[in-house]
Amino acid sequence: MIDPLTRRRLTNRAVMVLASGAAALGLTMLLWILTDVARQGAMALNWDFFTKLPPPPGMAGGGLANALVGTLAMTLLAAAIAIPMGLACGTYLAEVGRGRLAGAVRLVNNCLVSAPSIVVGVFVYLLLVKPFGHFSGYAGAVSLAILMVPVITRTTEEMLGLVPTALREAALAIGSPQWRLTVEILFRAARSGLITGILLATARVAGETAPLLFTALNSPYWTRSLAKPTANLTVTLFNYAMSPYDDWRSLAWGAALLITGAVLAASITARLLLRDGRG
Amino acid sequence: MNKPAVKIAVRGLSFYYGDHRALEDNTLDILAGQVTAFIGPSGCGKSTHLRCYNRMFDLYPGHRAEGEVLMDGVNLLDPAVPALTLRQRVGMIFQKPTPFPMSIADNVAYGLRLQGRISRTELADRIEAALRAAALWDEVADKLTEPGTALSGGQQQRLCIARAIAVEPEVLLMDEPCSALDPIATAKIEELIDQLRGRYTVVIVTHNMQQASRVSDQTAFMYLGRLIEVGPTDQLFQNPRRKETDEYITGRFG
Ligand SMILES: Nc1ncnc2c1ncn2[C@@H]1O[C@H](COP(=O)(O)OP(=O)(O)OP(=O)(O)O)[C@@H](O)[C@H]1O
Ligand SMILES: [Mg+2]
Repeated sequence: MIDPLTRRRLTNRAVMVLASGAAALGLTMLLWILTDVARQGAMALNWDFFTKLPPPPGMAGGGLANALVGTLAMTLLAAAIAIPMGLACGTYLAEVGRGRLAGAVRLVNNCLVSAPSIVVGVFVYLLLVKPFGHFSGYAGAVSLAILMVPVITRTTEEMLGLVPTALREAALAIGSPQWRLTVEILFRAARSGLITGILLATARVAGETAPLLFTALNSPYWTRSLAKPTANLTVTLFNYAMSPYDDWRSLAWGAALLITGAVLAASITARLLLRDGRG
Repeated sequence: MNKPAVKIAVRGLSFYYGDHRALEDNTLDILAGQVTAFIGPSGCGKSTHLRCYNRMFDLYPGHRAEGEVLMDGVNLLDPAVPALTLRQRVGMIFQKPTPFPMSIADNVAYGLRLQGRISRTELADRIEAALRAAALWDEVADKLTEPGTALSGGQQQRLCIARAIAVEPEVLLMDEPCSALDPIATAKIEELIDQLRGRYTVVIVTHNMQQASRVSDQTAFMYLGRLIEVGPTDQLFQNPRRKETDEYITGRFG
């Protein structure tokens, strides 16, 4: 029988080793992925990558300019739809909604936050692709927006919840109507948090593939209208990475690096903003 | 000397947080242009009482008041009295300073802008007047565009007072306005309250009995949701009529 103190020390050490090991393993994997993506992707990123259309199968050169534009356009449109909706829903939950209805909205939102993106893709397919008979960038943007709204809603509710009650009461005590209090004071007080939520939501959807497969699909051409199938980085990455052509696979690495870099930059910006906002 | 007019007549005011009764049958007169202090042990209902004067409790479901709070003869508790206009007539200062997340000038302008369009020159004049009245002008005149949150606690509190008096309210409610401040900042606020006397009807809640005796003309002592004694400050402190008042001000309980 070992004495209790020694046993506690041993347990402590064992747990420490396990925890540190797990952390190290996770970190190694992440670094491995990042360095691999960076190394392989950097070779693919050149001027042509950003300015040219994809090459025919088996040919060298070309780029993913059309996919870049398509992804940007759909993400921006999705953000334009989702930001007002998410801010409005989050504000409703934090400031206005009480009782049953608010509870139901919150529950639905929590379900949506964790809804598999492919389900959203299929849903929008049935709603906006099948009835029109063709894939479209609009459908793609809508599916991305549906993924963004719950994230923005949740962060908005949380960030507004952090604003002290005293500030609300002070504004109301001077005769401010609820809407001016919300727009002029609460949004301002919670600004960095709200922007963080929006950035994280955008970063989340920028790397989505599944919903686009069912909605925007992809295209080897320039996007002239979002009413047609629209080229985008993630589906292109998916297609090219699985292709037997070295040049396409190289472009896929480039796309991977670009998406990873953008998402990483958004997350880091979000963190910095949040830290400054609280400081 | 003729008696000052009654600004707010409180008649049989009771207050409920759901089932919990926090105020019981409060009746007193708040005199126009005077400073009235509320004292009493923690939890006796001072804040609750004060927050009836601007119907702050409206925000929270389940909170309700009974009885009458008559300002110039009109019952403020009547839902027909719009809360927004009521609150422009009755300003409030809170325990912790509550500067809005905007510039010093915009803080003071906030209430003015709520009242409708106003020319830039008039706005600037009224901002200056309010900051002067709050004894803050000299300290902030050259940094009006800086954020209000960057000021010291005492300055922030005076900024809040400036913001409240910019809209020319008739009544100023102050709920322990100095409890988050150091003695020097406190002295400044007390001096300010003295200057506001006459122009505004001031109602102040304080835990500090010296403060009540320094700044107020009339003092109300509350205990367990009841108004135990209301009277001229000198008399209440030197010659209390009720045993509970005497015990409280001499520090034997509370
Ligand atoms: N939001 C609330 N919900 C329920 N009960 C409350 C609420 N606010 C205050 N009370 C209760 O009402 C009573 C009076 O509270 P109030 O805040 O008015 O006291 P106070 O005299 O201002 O105390 P203090 O000097 O500590 O500020 C207390 O018993 C308190 O517990
Ligand atoms: Mg109180």
